Amino acid sequence: MKAINRRQAFALGGGFVMLTLMPMAADAEVTNDAAKWIEKFTGGKQPAKGKISLDLPEIAENGNTVPLSINIESPMTAESHVTDVLIIADGNPNAGVATLSFTPLSGKAEASIRIRLATTQNVVAVAKMSDGSLFTEQKTVKVTIGGCGG
Amino acid sequence: MADKPRIKLPKEAAKGEVIQIKTLVSHVMESGQRKDAQGKTIPRKIINKFACEFNGKPVFSCALEPAISANPYVQFDARVDEAGTFKFSWTDDDGTVITAEEKIALKA
Repeated sequence: MKAINRRQAFALGGGFVMLTLMPMAADAEVTNDAAKWIEKFTGGKQPAKGKISLDLPEIAENGNTVPLSINIESPMTAESHVTDVLIIADGNPNAGVATLSFTPLSGKAEASIRIRLATTQNVVAVAKMSDGSLFTEQKTVKVTIGGCGG
Repeated sequence: MADKPRIKLPKEAAKGEVIQIKTLVSHVMESGQRKDAQGKTIPRKIINKFACEFNGKPVFSCALEPAISANPYVQFDARVDEAGTFKFSWTDDDGTVITAEEKIALKA
């Protein structure tokens, strides 16, 4: 992996100047189009809490690679399985992170990825089941690198 | 990006067993947010789609956004009902597709 030199690291920080100008008290404020992403995914329906376990570090030292694991309770049979999962970061320049698509062949509705977080913010997951029901879960991650200085 | 994707999965599985698959592909995942030394924005270049199929049937796929870290790592599960081949594909913004294949046998 290519290391970022000092100059590039500053340039990267420059992109987040707007975020750093916000008052620090406003921890994890929504600063992007997260609501639009969720609405597009859910079709305006209100997702219920539960079924999802979202695993993220409470404090991420390096916002460039934050490990994310998600596990959704589901039998994963042809009749009843998780179809899609939307993952959103509400403080990034763009809210979208990933959309995971499962099938009954997945066996388990479980996945791990590594994501980028610009600043301290909420990570939201919304899962769509084969019967159309929706579930959501969110986690706040404190990010040390990325402008706000933690 | 000549590096081969790295894939880790068991060589064989019992019928109906759910196995874990780990994949990693080398890619800069340029977010389109960064600026170069001259202050110009570096254009976005990411893997925007990853998909896995088993014997031609979809198992898992995901649409990726710039918020995915460089060298995207994806771990997921798959249920093995028969011996066969897993096919993996990573689609770049510029249209190139990186592919890989792994075979799995049933435990006797």
